[in-house]
Amino acid sequence: MDILNDISVAGPEVLLVAVGLIGVLIGSLLKDAFNGLSRLLGALALAGAAFLAAGQSTGDAVSAFNGLYKITPFIAFAKTIAFGVAAVALLMAGEYLHRENMNKFEYTLLILFGCVGMGVMLSANNLMTLYLGIETLSLSSYVLAAFNRDSRRSAEAGLKYFVLGALASGLLLFGCSLVYGFTGFTGYEDIAASEQSLGLTFGLVLILMAMCFKASAAPFHVWTPDVYEGAPTPVVTFFATAPKLATVALLANTMFTVFGVYEQSWIIIVGAVSAISMLVGAFGGLAQNNIKRLLAYSSIANVGYALMGVAAGEVNGASAVLTYMTIYVLTSLGLFGVVLAMRRRDGQVESLSDLNGLSTSRPGLAVALTVLVFSVAGIPPMAGFFGKLLVFEAAIQSELYWLVAVGVLASVVSLGYYLKIIWAIWAKTTEEESLQPADSMVAVSIYGTTLLAFPVLVIWIGTIVTLINTTTAAG
Amino acid sequence: MEVTLGHYLGLSAILFTIGVFGIFVNRKNIIVILMAIELILLSVNINLVAFSVFNGTITGQVFAMLVLTVAAAEAAVGLAILVVYFRNRGEIAVDDVNMMRG
Repeated sequence: MDILNDISVAGPEVLLVAVGLIGVLIGSLLKDAFNGLSRLLGALALAGAAFLAAGQSTGDAVSAFNGLYKITPFIAFAKTIAFGVAAVALLMAGEYLHRENMNKFEYTLLILFGCVGMGVMLSANNLMTLYLGIETLSLSSYVLAAFNRDSRRSAEAGLKYFVLGALASGLLLFGCSLVYGFTGFTGYEDIAASEQSLGLTFGLVLILMAMCFKASAAPFHVWTPDVYEGAPTPVVTFFATAPKLATVALLANTMFTVFGVYEQSWIIIVGAVSAISMLVGAFGGLAQNNIKRLLAYSSIANVGYALMGVAAGEVNGASAVLTYMTIYVLTSLGLFGVVLAMRRRDGQVESLSDLNGLSTSRPGLAVALTVLVFSVAGIPPMAGFFGKLLVFEAAIQSELYWLVAVGVLASVVSLGYYLKIIWAIWAKTTEEESLQPADSMVAVSIYGTTLLAFPVLVIWIGTIVTLINTTTAAG
Repeated sequence: MEVTLGHYLGLSAILFTIGVFGIFVNRKNIIVILMAIELILLSVNINLVAFSVFNGTITGQVFAMLVLTVAAAEAAVGLAILVVYFRNRGEIAVDDVNMMRG
């Protein structure tokens, strides 16, 4: 049976859609009684989807739905990680949502449908599938950003994200229409086999711009700090992990598979975007005092490093990008866990000075945060260092020496704000009361990701790189 | 005068540009931004349908239907967010969307 085969290829997404729709039904029947339960159900569905995707990451590329859909091991691996971190991010949200009066089952459903979008856009093998996937993710994200309905900041974050996101979707569509018009096809293989023309290059650039926007690479990053500051912290935890990895993997995959033959036209653009992102992320973060804004700039810089791997081309860079992003989102999960744990008796705090004296008041959290910050800054022997090493190595192999030079400069500059955090934790003292103990699930993910950043991933870095190398080699 | 593909592309490029300027230059009202977004999506539709006719393939028209559907969903989400914003602020002037400066 053809249709059964198609459904099994799209297994993870089918599972998520099914659970999401059943969730809508149960939610409308049970109302508030479903709020807590929905998160458990959602996390289980995401874990199941991650498991199904992991099963696809070994073996060959398969396509389904008359070639509209295609799974390669590279894609399946990216999906596994994305769904896995989304499940953890969902569980971390629980107690925060409860405290801030946002405990609604719609939160789970929006994250589930957002993850469906991620899955669809990653496995797209046609511009139409790609557009639908990106829109599904984006529409869920806009609503999530404005999820705290009673907060002016949250509403403003949602509005800004929506307006700029819709513009990016428009650019993407215009690019798709040009590519379709000048090649006559929307399928990836057909486009890759077509002759290059000016219109095609134009479309390619527009599509690339839209994807850079979604991945929050500079100069399309203006929404990132505002949305990160305004949106509720659990939502930002989600934004900074699963969709970030998915969009970067999508960008890499689209450039490599659809436009791989036109490499000469996009390598310089991706390289320039990467350099600008690293610099904007490094210099922009220096002046920030809000920890969420600071992490937003840090994420802009990190997308820049990942794009360095994309600019290195498929042969040298594909596995480096995936390794880098995997390590980054795991670390990021822990960092935002710490932001979730920054809570005094009268509510959440998110200023850098609230970390003062953390080493005496909560030594466990202080050590964890130090490890995570060092990892994201790329200081050996933390896991983040190896990720950075791999993308730099890929760029050197592709002879992009100028890009590596910019990357090294940006790393040094961004140490400025990473060390500011470390300084606040270990050297400063404060008169204020100490932070409240972290919620159980948040604590588990903070210490879990800390252990991953050092030493677990460091010990097994060789195994992980080999694993990712096999997924990219097979694709 | 015969209407060629170039005319359609020119029209859609003009509409697209008006839409983009509508988002950035507009200093008055957020509803106008929503209209500008709609204009951008419709300009793409003109592109797709024109290409579909001149290429002789049906794909572009299917794509245009998808875009129409998604545009409706997008407008719904946009208006919903706008309502939430209005409830918090009591007005929807563009110049006031400035609590956070990025």
